[in-house]
Amino acid sequence: MKKRSIVLLTLILALSTILAACGDKKEAGSTEGTATTKLAADQTFHINLASEPPTLDPAQSQDNVSSSIIRTLFEGLTNKDKDGNITPGVAEKWEPSADGKEYTFTLRSDAKWSNGDPVTAKDFEYAWKRVLDPKTQPAPPYAYQLYYIKNAQAYNEGKAKVEDVGVKAVDDKTLKVSLENATPYWLGLTSFTTYYPVNEKVVANAKWATSPDSLVGNGPFKLSTWTTGQTLEVSKNDKYWDNKNITLTKITASIVDSAATEVSSYKSGQLDLAGQPIGEIPTDQIASLKSEIPNELTIKGIASTYYYLFNVTEKPFNNLKIRQAFTKAINRQALIDNVTLGNQIPAFGLVPPGIKGIKDEFRKENPDSAYGKEDANEAKALLAEGLKEEGLDKLPKITLIYNTNDNHKKAALAIGDMWKQTLGAEVTVQNQEWGVFLQNRRNLNYQVARAGFGADYNDPMTFIDLFTSTSGNNDTGFKNAEYDKLVKEAYSNSDNNVRNEAMKKAEDLLIKQNQVILPIYYYTNIQLVKPYVKDVVIDYGGQLDVTHVKLLEH
Amino acid sequence: MLMVRYVASKFFYMLVSLFILISATFFLMKAIPGNPFMSEKAVPPQIRERLMEQYGLNKPVIEQYGQYLKNIAQGNFGISMKMQNKEVTELITDTFGASLKLGLIAIVVSVIVGVLLGLVAALYHRKLIDNIAMVLAVLGIAVPSFVIAAMLQFVFAQKAGWFHVSGFSGPLDYVLPVVALSAQPIAFIARLTRSSMLEVLHADYIKTARAKGLNWFTILFRHVVRNGILPVVTYLGPMTANIITGSVVIEQIFGIGGLGKVFVTSISNRDYTLIMGVTIFYGIILMLARFLTDIAYVFVDPRIKLNNGKEG
Repeated sequence: MKKRSIVLLTLILALSTILAACGDKKEAGSTEGTATTKLAADQTFHINLASEPPTLDPAQSQDNVSSSIIRTLFEGLTNKDKDGNITPGVAEKWEPSADGKEYTFTLRSDAKWSNGDPVTAKDFEYAWKRVLDPKTQPAPPYAYQLYYIKNAQAYNEGKAKVEDVGVKAVDDKTLKVSLENATPYWLGLTSFTTYYPVNEKVVANAKWATSPDSLVGNGPFKLSTWTTGQTLEVSKNDKYWDNKNITLTKITASIVDSAATEVSSYKSGQLDLAGQPIGEIPTDQIASLKSEIPNELTIKGIASTYYYLFNVTEKPFNNLKIRQAFTKAINRQALIDNVTLGNQIPAFGLVPPGIKGIKDEFRKENPDSAYGKEDANEAKALLAEGLKEEGLDKLPKITLIYNTNDNHKKAALAIGDMWKQTLGAEVTVQNQEWGVFLQNRRNLNYQVARAGFGADYNDPMTFIDLFTSTSGNNDTGFKNAEYDKLVKEAYSNSDNNVRNEAMKKAEDLLIKQNQVILPIYYYTNIQLVKPYVKDVVIDYGGQLDVTHVKLLEH
Repeated sequence: MLMVRYVASKFFYMLVSLFILISATFFLMKAIPGNPFMSEKAVPPQIRERLMEQYGLNKPVIEQYGQYLKNIAQGNFGISMKMQNKEVTELITDTFGASLKLGLIAIVVSVIVGVLLGLVAALYHRKLIDNIAMVLAVLGIAVPSFVIAAMLQFVFAQKAGWFHVSGFSGPLDYVLPVVALSAQPIAFIARLTRSSMLEVLHADYIKTARAKGLNWFTILFRHVVRNGILPVVTYLGPMTANIITGSVVIEQIFGIGGLGKVFVTSISNRDYTLIMGVTIFYGIILMLARFLTDIAYVFVDPRIKLNNGKEG
């Protein structure tokens, strides 16, 4: 069933691309050059969601689609502006203690829930403890985003009492938070969905977040319609404290999971915005979009990395030199120019650009060119040495697995071919259904596997701690005591210089010295935005914020 | 009496098939690797275990199966494991409405257009109009519905701008999906009607009727159409079920939030309760359609006699 519909969809994509390519070019001109600075009379913003949001409860959200909507319905202690700086949200101001382990937030007095109740410090205390409560049903999967708070992990695992958790509403307007360690990036997390407040009165109803009648939020918008599989609509919340700075009156989202349909709808004027992170643009259409409507196609780097994992426990990739040979044998720029087409950045490290280091971006302070470069001849030499070390006279057959997806497939075929060309490797690429793929990867039942990771927070640690020996995300078999020690050091230290140094050493250990992963590219966010739409914010990690969008006359 | 026994036995077989369907789906579904809580970013083991426990997924499969049978016997289909706090029945009723509306309109259109086309083709046998109708029919059968859908969408929605590319809110939004969905059944019904009409038109009793000097229209509608439409009636049951349950791709292309879409995503999400719920629901529709066709057959075709298998 599934397989058949995927085949069908692929055909549809292919067909609509051909059709789109035959289209006349006149249309592009008509949407250009009419922009004025006057606001449009109708401030209804039309977007598309590629999937039904699994939830609108901030405690349960862990995907881009639901968090993009939740961001319009709720507001945390802090916000982020378009440059990623932390700005006041429900909290007017905050004061860290001298050792950086305690924060005191002062809440603004005019913050209100959409039902008129004031937003108090108790709402935050209640919401955070609710996420951590081991009895909360279903168990919030992102609870570990709160583990920075004192005793949070212990309480979540049933090893501490609720009153030991380091969050306390001193009075209605004052919230005191104690942390386990003086984590420098913690403050930035208070604008993350898992940290949003909820209204205790409405949460008693288990289905509160599924209907406009019962969902009470404190954000700039409130839920007005949600028809499963059809549309989701939010409208301006008059009770929001800063509503004078909100221009949109409504955001209407269709729910369509066909990328080709999404682009068609955009072109026909049904949508004002299309593409990532809440939708998708078919790769095969990017080239034609670049020539048809170049001023509407926006491509922006985001803090996510695309890489392949080596299973270091099995031949032939238990050998470092063979892993290095495979890493050096591919031509990343050619892959980007001809296959992935999204202006991605060739990657040699794990931590992507956009992630903060000490003063500048981590990647700028520690360029990934230090981890080696592509070199076909060196790759061949390394392969020969590696084979000799392993006592092999020729490279065994290699299988590269990826989860069923057209883009992953194209990349895998191209990379497999590069390995064949330079190393003479016999490569089979194999697609696996998502669940099957994840299980095989986790059980180390593979040789080379696709992987990708996006930042949870703006610190290199969000990537570095993936490969500790106890990490649930470390699907490589790589276990290294020194690596674990460096991660621990960075965790427990509040001095950013020391932390960054430790993380840099860890990355060096992971890639230069052990080549556990094969970095391919740093992701970009590919989006179509009509010229009359202003102030769409895509943050460093690719999260979408449309709360302050303005529509100009058009 | 015979009729009652006939219906009762058909009904009994329906229940048995349903039970087999439920059991097979349940165990096959559990045999696929993965669980509803998997994601590229691993959920910490203690949280995953708690989730498995909350949904009863930590128990042995056979116990889960027993529990599930007990629940559905009480009419409890459970809550979705992925769409938080939504009842399976609620999700089905919410989304089936769109599939049903689309499907029923497509069926009505298919039958009317198909029968008319077939009738006209039969009456003008071997004439230009017949040839045109049959070329259209061959095209309708040969070109897959999703190709027709993508073409219609591109030409009439994206380029001409007469219709919305996607969505399902106004009456105009029905036009393109209905055309795409009914093209194939129209073609099939037209061919079916044409060949059976031709057969009837050459039958002796028609000649007799004409010889008696009966009015041609009376002959046509009293005898020709009534007899010629029989094969269409038998086709109607399976077609209804197919259209209502099989519009997944069309729904996807036109962004219609129907049940088909829910079904497909539920499988990749390993949303166990939802997979079971939709499977049972589809199973019942298909079996009911079959059941009703069997019964309708008895009424429409007097040649089927219920004398213990010795059919005349």
